[in-house]
Amino acid sequence: MKAIQEFTKGIIKENPVFVMALGLCPTLAVSTSIQNAIGMGAAATFVLVCSNIMISLLKNLIPSKVRIPCFILVIASFVTIVDMAMEAYVPPLHKSLGIFIPLIVVNCIILGRAEAFASKNGVFKSMLDGLGMGLGFMLAIMVIATIREILGVGTILDIRILPASYKPMIVAILPPGAFITIGLLMGLLNIIQNKKKSKAN
Amino acid sequence: MDFSTLFIIIIGSIFINNFVIARFLGLCPYIGVSKKMDSALGMGMAVIFVMTMASTITWLIYTFFLNKATSIFGIDLTFLRTIAFILSIAVLVQFVEMVIKKAAPELYKALGIYLPLITTNCAVLGVSLLNINENYNFIESIVNGAAAGVGFTLVLVLMAGIRERLEYSKVPNSMKGMPISFIVAGCMALAFLGFSGMKF
Repeated sequence: MKAIQEFTKGIIKENPVFVMALGLCPTLAVSTSIQNAIGMGAAATFVLVCSNIMISLLKNLIPSKVRIPCFILVIASFVTIVDMAMEAYVPPLHKSLGIFIPLIVVNCIILGRAEAFASKNGVFKSMLDGLGMGLGFMLAIMVIATIREILGVGTILDIRILPASYKPMIVAILPPGAFITIGLLMGLLNIIQNKKKSKAN
Repeated sequence: MDFSTLFIIIIGSIFINNFVIARFLGLCPYIGVSKKMDSALGMGMAVIFVMTMASTITWLIYTFFLNKATSIFGIDLTFLRTIAFILSIAVLVQFVEMVIKKAAPELYKALGIYLPLITTNCAVLGVSLLNINENYNFIESIVNGAAAGVGFTLVLVLMAGIRERLEYSKVPNSMKGMPISFIVAGCMALAFLGFSGMKF
């Protein structure tokens, strides 16, 4: 497979959230505003790229029996770096993401890519794969966050786009809104895919 | 020790701030293991057990090794908490698996396949971190861990019950499977929002 495909597959075709249903907890929890979504996406992408590079470098040194604890340790180290950096440079964002930054450790996307891709491929390919998957994750959270922020507050990145007379649908930024939004989006994607399939036949 | 504080923690973790529905922790098993009632119950029991144990152990580790004020070393190691917690949870799960396999083979048969999944269940790491963030003492941490596990089991079993019925109902083709489960979860979350009026 060409290198560029390793990068682009994570964004749409194998999107970690919508297609593979991984990393749902942070996706739903931090998608209350677009700002949080970008912060979470960037943090996860950083960890994903770094851990993929590290694991593909170490893949011949790690005995296969203890590989999962080793992967978790590598991931946890990078998460700690992100956690401390965010606390130092963007404290408000760090506060609003709360425990979901340390919880990047148990995000199944990262461990999944380490196990399924980085432990079998070279450094450059693993880096591209991590970058693509990370951006795909970020895109998914941002789509959900945009919908929830427009409906729930009437703004995009704190800029009002719906008229002031719009009465915000508060439920959209509460937990039920997250579940219903992702359910409808997944249904929509299924409709598009089914149409594509029936066209191909 | 005040029993009303413990009562508030229990009600809070099970209903008001339910781990799955209100805090979005442990969604993967919530969607993944809720197809059948039996497996939902098995997973729930395993999670209650591991969460209680994990709250106990991570609280002890944080208090005696990481937190500067109470540590036996007297140095501030709080930045290591993510690594320390995830490693101790992984070791704990492995250990529990071995003990149950030797001591109670029947129980192992019922819980065995769910135990390895629990290491990467974010609810377990989440409850450990929340205990520290909320400054709970030892007893409160254990109670919070157990209550969070019960809350998780409650919604998992409810979800399994609904999904068993969904098998027989007419669902649009494109909504089958995961999408409809999320919509159901959304309705459940709406119902649980009612509990948030219970402020003590």
